[in-house]
Amino acid sequence: MKIKQLSVFLENKPGRLSVPCKALSKAGINILTLSLADTRQFGILRLVLKDWQQAKQVLEGAGLVVNVTEVVAIEVADRPGGLAEVLEVIEQAGINLEYMYAFTFGSEDKAVLVFRFEDPDAAIKVLQSKGVNVVGSVELFDRAKH
Amino acid sequence: MTPFAFENRIWDRAETTPRDRLMALQLQRLRRTVARVAEVPYYKEAFARSGITPRKIKSLDDLRRLPFTTKDDLRRYYPLGFLAVPTEKIVRIHGSSGTTGRPTFVAYTARDRDTWANLCARFLVAGGLRPEHLVQITFGYGLFTGGFGLHYGIEKVGAAIIPAAAGNTPRHLMLIQDLKPQVLVGTPSYSLQIAEVARAQGIDPRSLGLKFAHFGGEPWTEDMRVEIEREFGLLAFNNYGLSEVIGPGVSGECVARRGMHIQEDHFLVECVNPDTLEPVPEGENGELVFTSLTKEAFPIIRYRTRDIASLDSSPCPCRRTTVRMSRVVGRTDDMLIVRGVNVFPSQIEEALLRVEGTAPHYLIEVDRPGAMDMITVKVEMRAQDFSDEMRVMEALRERIDREIQSITGIRVNVELIMPQTLKRSIGKANRVIDHRREKGLI
Ligand SMILES: [Zn+2]
Repeated sequence: MKIKQLSVFLENKPGRLSVPCKALSKAGINILTLSLADTRQFGILRLVLKDWQQAKQVLEGAGLVVNVTEVVAIEVADRPGGLAEVLEVIEQAGINLEYMYAFTFGSEDKAVLVFRFEDPDAAIKVLQSKGVNVVGSVELFDRAKH
Repeated sequence: MTPFAFENRIWDRAETTPRDRLMALQLQRLRRTVARVAEVPYYKEAFARSGITPRKIKSLDDLRRLPFTTKDDLRRYYPLGFLAVPTEKIVRIHGSSGTTGRPTFVAYTARDRDTWANLCARFLVAGGLRPEHLVQITFGYGLFTGGFGLHYGIEKVGAAIIPAAAGNTPRHLMLIQDLKPQVLVGTPSYSLQIAEVARAQGIDPRSLGLKFAHFGGEPWTEDMRVEIEREFGLLAFNNYGLSEVIGPGVSGECVARRGMHIQEDHFLVECVNPDTLEPVPEGENGELVFTSLTKEAFPIIRYRTRDIASLDSSPCPCRRTTVRMSRVVGRTDDMLIVRGVNVFPSQIEEALLRVEGTAPHYLIEVDRPGAMDMITVKVEMRAQDFSDEMRVMEALRERIDREIQSITGIRVNVELIMPQTLKRSIGKANRVIDHRREKGLI
């Protein structure tokens, strides 16, 4: 049920996003979602994409530092309170959450939350037992096609 | 942490001469040197001013009555105004690149060249070189003394040489893989570059089979030694020299690796406060000053090296009787004065190496945007240190920050930057940009 996420180190200067994005588009690789965590000094670009292995090679070929981590995708109704319900489950179960971000598929009324847990396997077990809709990568990228 | 042990061997019996006999020899040779330079215009003038003649040198303390020689003095008599023999006696000219324009030249007679080879052989043998070894030289062969000096020393010992010279790291790697030298000679930073290229090609540097390395040509740190030795599984030895004194061979480490033995039968050493020029107490950092005792073509009196180090005359288990110098901790001219504090780039390097996993690829930028000096240390990010978690990355930055502050006593601005963006240098690493100089502020 885990999804591979690529993280890319970026300096904090103008135009820095264009290097990874151009490299991926030139290789014809689609990005499902990207999120940028930022400080005054540097940034971490997080990417979810289907062809993550190829993407990693392309990015490293462009001189970037890349690492691969496993994240958990959860689908919730795209309405007020949708996120809050999931967060409450996580908090009550005492699961360590490092960070999260969200995206939608546009037309649908559902949102996908991406979570980076310290222990993703344990987190998935707890979330599923509480009836939370954890989305696997096949389903996630299948959905993106429509 | 030594991967293996080896026997202490002494190349030249002169290295163990008892102190009293050594000092008598030094005095005799100092007198001869003063006589030899009497017709060199710079010294002739200086001696006339202070009434010095060889006969007035009665003890080694009289050295302090002799004038200092600086790099600027050498430049003033460009190209060969310090020559003490007729030009037909010269067999070789070398030079050291100045930071500005013309090099300063030095010259050797046939006997000087032989002395030089013997001095290099001494430290090479002290650091494990044996006649059965194969040695790869990564120094440039040219005006720079590093390549030729080590080459002559290795030849003298009877070992075999791959004179691969500087540049083209993949080729160096190929030669090491195919010819399997046991010994590497060059700058320490270049060895790390070889390791980096090896890793990029999926080769474990430890599999290369290098057992010893002799490094010189640039200052480095004890932490860097640990890193290089771990990376290659070898023993790394430090040696020191500068062309104005003779080239490599002025001093080098023995098996004890507690400082570099200065070849005192050929050079007199002083360690002085660079401002007052008074001697500093033993063990304290000061500028090293050398006087050659046997050189014929280019004898030099009290040459100010601008290298900062300390001296140690305590007995060494290797039985050599000579005084040892510490690593060069800085240069009087790359000492940065930041908010009134003396900072050496080597201290910043040491801090970076202490933070586990930080590669020594960095750049120090100094600026004065307002009233205050600011140091920015740019450190290249490496894949193994990169985390997708912000707090891990912030912790890395803070650790670097803290180590630099604990060593230098000042706060700096640490910037993590993209890998492979800083220039890789082959010779002396140039890792400081002082914007205050461009702005005319210092
Ligand atoms: Zn010793």
